[in-house]
Amino acid sequence: MAGSAERREPPRRAAAPAPRRGSLSDGRWRPLEVAFWAGTLAAYFAFPAWHVLGSQILITGLFAVSLDIVLGYAGIVSLGHAAFFGVGAYVAGLLAANGWHEPLSALGAAALAAAVAGYLASFLVVRGTDLTRLTVTLGIGLMLWEAANRASSITGGVDGLSGVTLAPILGRWTFDLRGDVAYAYALVVVFAVFTGVRRIVSSPFGRSLVGIRESSTRMAAIGAPVERRLRAAFTLGAAIAGIAGALIAQTTQFVGIDALSFERSAEVLVMLVLGGAGRLYGGLVGALVFMVAQNGLAGIDPVYWQFWLGCLLVVVVLFFREGILGGAANLAARARGRRR
Amino acid sequence: MSAVLRTAGLSKRWGAFYANRDVSVAFEQGARHALIGPNGAGKTTFIDLLTGTVAPSAGRVYLDGDDITTLAPHRRVKRGIARTFQASTLFPSLTVLESVMLAVCEREGRGGAGWRALASETAASSEALAILDALHLGAESDSTTRTLAYGKQRLLEIALALATRPRMLLLDEPAAGIPAKESVEVLGAIARLPREVTVVFIEHDMDLVFRFAERITVLVAGSVLAEGAPDEIAADPRVREVYLGEIPQGEAPLA
Ligand SMILES: Nc1ncnc2c1ncn2[C@@H]1O[C@H](COP(=O)(O)OP(=O)(O)OP(=O)(O)O)[C@@H](O)[C@H]1O
Ligand SMILES: [Mg+2]
Repeated sequence: MAGSAERREPPRRAAAPAPRRGSLSDGRWRPLEVAFWAGTLAAYFAFPAWHVLGSQILITGLFAVSLDIVLGYAGIVSLGHAAFFGVGAYVAGLLAANGWHEPLSALGAAALAAAVAGYLASFLVVRGTDLTRLTVTLGIGLMLWEAANRASSITGGVDGLSGVTLAPILGRWTFDLRGDVAYAYALVVVFAVFTGVRRIVSSPFGRSLVGIRESSTRMAAIGAPVERRLRAAFTLGAAIAGIAGALIAQTTQFVGIDALSFERSAEVLVMLVLGGAGRLYGGLVGALVFMVAQNGLAGIDPVYWQFWLGCLLVVVVLFFREGILGGAANLAARARGRRR
Repeated sequence: MSAVLRTAGLSKRWGAFYANRDVSVAFEQGARHALIGPNGAGKTTFIDLLTGTVAPSAGRVYLDGDDITTLAPHRRVKRGIARTFQASTLFPSLTVLESVMLAVCEREGRGGAGWRALASETAASSEALAILDALHLGAESDSTTRTLAYGKQRLLEIALALATRPRMLLLDEPAAGIPAKESVEVLGAIARLPREVTVVFIEHDMDLVFRFAERITVLVAGSVLAEGAPDEIAADPRVREVYLGEIPQGEAPLA
């Protein structure tokens, strides 16, 4: 017994601290990360006909990353994350539809509004157990949906908000129908925000969120103000969801009420789990796989595509408990072990 | 003498069951104070009440004469109370070094810093490494906590508590699960901490208790059965009844 336990001990490396799973703590970009972002840039040139879908994947990916902060890092389960995506979308959409056409400032306003909404909601969410958190976030999402529905004279209700017209970005790039500018704009914003998130998760604050997720009792016992940290994480996640929502409103020049829907909250959760929660890139990868599969399957089998999509989800998550990235990390670790 | 931490009539009730009943204990500055008692006596509950992990049903807790009964756990840590947990309560996916660094950062008020990498907190990392070295955990600093052997996890518990630089260290069975030789070493190191640090430890091993404690409180069924210097406790017939034969004979002058 002792022998087998010994054999399972991780091999110790003498040189510089080995790169650790899921941790980017020294802040250096790893080759796989560079390849990932180079790929998003290459996609602009390789798939010119797919810029619209591509921009939506990037934006939805950012939305999933925002949920990752809340769920994957801080461990707060949420079924209402679309509330903040919707707030961002409506703020950006309403500004543009009512005479404020400059996109970047609208992005900032959307982030701020979603952050305020998230901060207020965080007081209700952070206390309580997983089950109450699920219910409270779900309820907040439903309330906002109904509010947008009722205020149809402002929001357009179920018909959606149209008349969203935008000035050229920085006075130079006008949004076009093929989505060239939309893709480039989405890529730049998503990359910039992601870089910020990447810094934050490896900071003391980001690591303390992981600590709280794994043991809030211990985190309090080393002096951390657990509830305040969780509120900060929830607010941050809401702000970034708001940016994603604003990007969708701006790149599609439309806000549908589904931006606030329960389906959107559920879908982004599924994407995150599919990609791998708590791994920073899980949201991006999950959104990519989900939306490409959705698009492809709908093309192959227009009638039963939902069946096949469901099938894909079940299979992936059953085989890879920790999502695509978790599964890949485990396979890579095993391959490394065999080579030794 | 001055009590650092003191309780008055502290009780914890779950339904009709008293886990602690009317417990009034004072811990003197610099004490090496053992808390003993049979399984289920309420020792862990008492520590939970002192640290705010659990709220009392009645009674008060005083730190330096201030009433801290309703103070949040993390604020008590800021005021110098640190603890370890009987069942290891750690961060499985963080490395050993990261865990201790988090505790140092919290103490320094940098736990909420969100822009620079934890890895760039060099002062915190050298302090954390020094604590780990002192507990013979230095070689494990880059290991993920979940891969640590049980005994090493117990040591990491202590490392986390020490990283808060406590004035009042509450240890819930720190030596359980550590090989006998090492547990003597660990408790010895704790007993040798500067006298600014008051140490309270729960321990079932009577050899360790009588080796390191300068004062002992015996809890039975949620209440204090006896309290005194080790030789008084060893000679106390009520205590001997509870601890049949376990108390070292040599320690009892009258036995
Ligand atoms: N949350 C709870 N709800 C109900 N009863 C509890 C709870 N926590 C502890 N108890 C009970 O309180 C009593 C005291 O428990 P406690 O853990 O404080 O004992 P202990 O002296 O630390 O015992 P041990 O030596 O086994 O660690 C036990 O009978 C336990 O079952
Ligand atoms: Mg106990």
